[in-house]
Amino acid sequence: MASISIKNLKKSFGAVNVIKGVDLEIKSGEFMVFVGPSGCGKSTMLRLIAGLEDITSGTMEFDGQLVNALAPSKRGIAMVFQSYALYPHMTVFQNMAFGMKLAKNNKDEIKTRVEKAAALLQITPYLERLPKQLSGGQRQRVAIGRAIVRDPKVFLFDEPLSNLDAALRVATRLEIAKLHHSMNNVTMVYVTHDQVEAMTLADRICVLRDGYIEQVGTPLELYEKPANIFVAGFIGSPKMNLMKGKFASPYKANTIGVRSEHLQFVSKDGWAGKVIHAETLGSDSYVFVDIGTEEPVIVRESGTTKHTVGSKVQIAPLKGEVHLFNEQGNSI
Amino acid sequence: MTPAWIKNTAFYAFVVFIVLQAVFPFYYAIVTSFKTGAEIFEISYYPRTFHLDNYYSVLFSGNGSFLRNIWNSVWVSTITVIVALFIAVTASYALSRVRFRGRSLMLMTILCVSMFPQVAVLAGLFEVVRALGLYNTDWSLIFSYTIFTLPFTVWVLTTFMRDLPIELEEAAIVDGATPWVIVSKIFMPLMWPALVTTGLLAFIAAWNEYLYALTFTASNDAARTVPVGIALLSGNSEHEIPWGPIMAASVIVTVPLIALVLIFQRKIIAGLTAGGVKG
Ligand SMILES: Nc1ncnc2c1ncn2[C@@H]1O[C@H](COP(=O)(O)OP(=O)(O)O)[C@@H](O)[C@H]1O
Ligand SMILES: [Mg+2]
Repeated sequence: MASISIKNLKKSFGAVNVIKGVDLEIKSGEFMVFVGPSGCGKSTMLRLIAGLEDITSGTMEFDGQLVNALAPSKRGIAMVFQSYALYPHMTVFQNMAFGMKLAKNNKDEIKTRVEKAAALLQITPYLERLPKQLSGGQRQRVAIGRAIVRDPKVFLFDEPLSNLDAALRVATRLEIAKLHHSMNNVTMVYVTHDQVEAMTLADRICVLRDGYIEQVGTPLELYEKPANIFVAGFIGSPKMNLMKGKFASPYKANTIGVRSEHLQFVSKDGWAGKVIHAETLGSDSYVFVDIGTEEPVIVRESGTTKHTVGSKVQIAPLKGEVHLFNEQGNSI
Repeated sequence: MTPAWIKNTAFYAFVVFIVLQAVFPFYYAIVTSFKTGAEIFEISYYPRTFHLDNYYSVLFSGNGSFLRNIWNSVWVSTITVIVALFIAVTASYALSRVRFRGRSLMLMTILCVSMFPQVAVLAGLFEVVRALGLYNTDWSLIFSYTIFTLPFTVWVLTTFMRDLPIELEEAAIVDGATPWVIVSKIFMPLMWPALVTTGLLAFIAAWNEYLYALTFTASNDAARTVPVGIALLSGNSEHEIPWGPIMAASVIVTVPLIALVLIFQRKIIAGLTAGGVKG
């Protein structure tokens, strides 16, 4: 239930500038995902919002109130850490109750809130266990439960799924999405380097690179109208095919980008090339074609493909599905 | 290739040798403590007679001054451990978690200071003790033992605390914990093994210390600790060294230490942090 307004935010550690001037408005009740390659400053952004790091310059407001110097516990936030950070010597119940206990809430109220959160996350049977007696997925739930008990206005997640195996990751992702629906109007800020997580969870995505914001928008906006080559390459799987030189010049662009599902095999007037590899996933196939670009171009076909390795083919983009970029890599 | 049985035999022979040379002096003290009279000066490696006379004489002659010594030792060592651990835990929180200028220099200094031999600082410490008006009191010992225990304790606890995951601390900060709550409610429970180990070592060092105890409580019988008490045990005449009672006294003051080590050994469970962090 809090909107977050960040203006010209900078953060440096000693001489190293990590966040280099960020402006961002996060709406109340929004699910905002920070995504970007490792080391781009996502965690630092999240920790600045949490108040775990001091702001070097710029301002941060929650609901219009300046929070630059406000302690984390006073901001109405809760955070789920990548390593879960459960207190190893406390039971699940104690872990979840710790914050409320420090805030001197009365015992009955603590019990009610913890049990409610536990029920929501289906960890009621484990309340008396120690963290080490739980599986990774259960620990993750406890960490989320601890955050819920704090009844935060802003929920912060730092790569909460990265320690889980693939199947559990998908299941937990779904639960986090459900959690957002069920907790009306809680603002969530979620950090990940995985663009699939970003696409599936986010109301809006904020793509970060090297301490700057590259683009902010809904998943579809980023997918369909990437602001630059970086975003185009980062969002979507497989990566957008990027082509330069003679491929781009007919479009009066420095670089053109075409997603794999927007390429098709044609019988004439296409880009000629040779199939060098084909991946069959059952529902789709990805055909890798060498047409003389730096990296092979990936073409998606539904179903299984009839193009065998070594065969000569021609491919062409669908009309209106070509992204154009200038020399600076920005979209035109 | 040496055959396996030769290797094994050599290995166990070595083990037996080490155990023997470590345990023999104490064993001999025990055996001697049960002898009386002229028997003491005969060399024998196993008990032939069994008398408790020496124990009676140590404990109950001399107006119970030895019991008083034991009590002083318990008091001084215990308070030393409590004070040293309290200071060390708070100091190591600062040294491992708070970033400040000269932190590593300070850590190195602490390490270097712990290498100083006792005698080197005796004169200086004596002046300090006198100036503080602690001379001839038990507090002079608590004061000096704490000073001598701290470098090692701080060093060990700092190393240990530095390895505790930073996210634990941050989770606590988000939960609204103050530094003191973090130290006492989160870190101390996780550092039990280190606390027990360093506390035990501090206790043993304070318990056995002789030089300072002799110097700082020279003219006050009431503040004397066990090592000095034993050294000052006197026989019937000036020229007689009462070996029997000395051995009995040594056994009496060593047994509690061994008991302590055995009790706490079971509590030293490493890897207490396993499970809280990471999957
Ligand atoms: N406490 C710190 N001191 C110095 N440098 C840091 C600190 N925390 C992060 N950095 C640096 O800031 C950059 C961004 O880090 P981070 O926000 O953790 O990236 P990520 O996007 O992978 O989460 C990295 O280059 C990292 O080395
Ligand atoms: Mg990170």
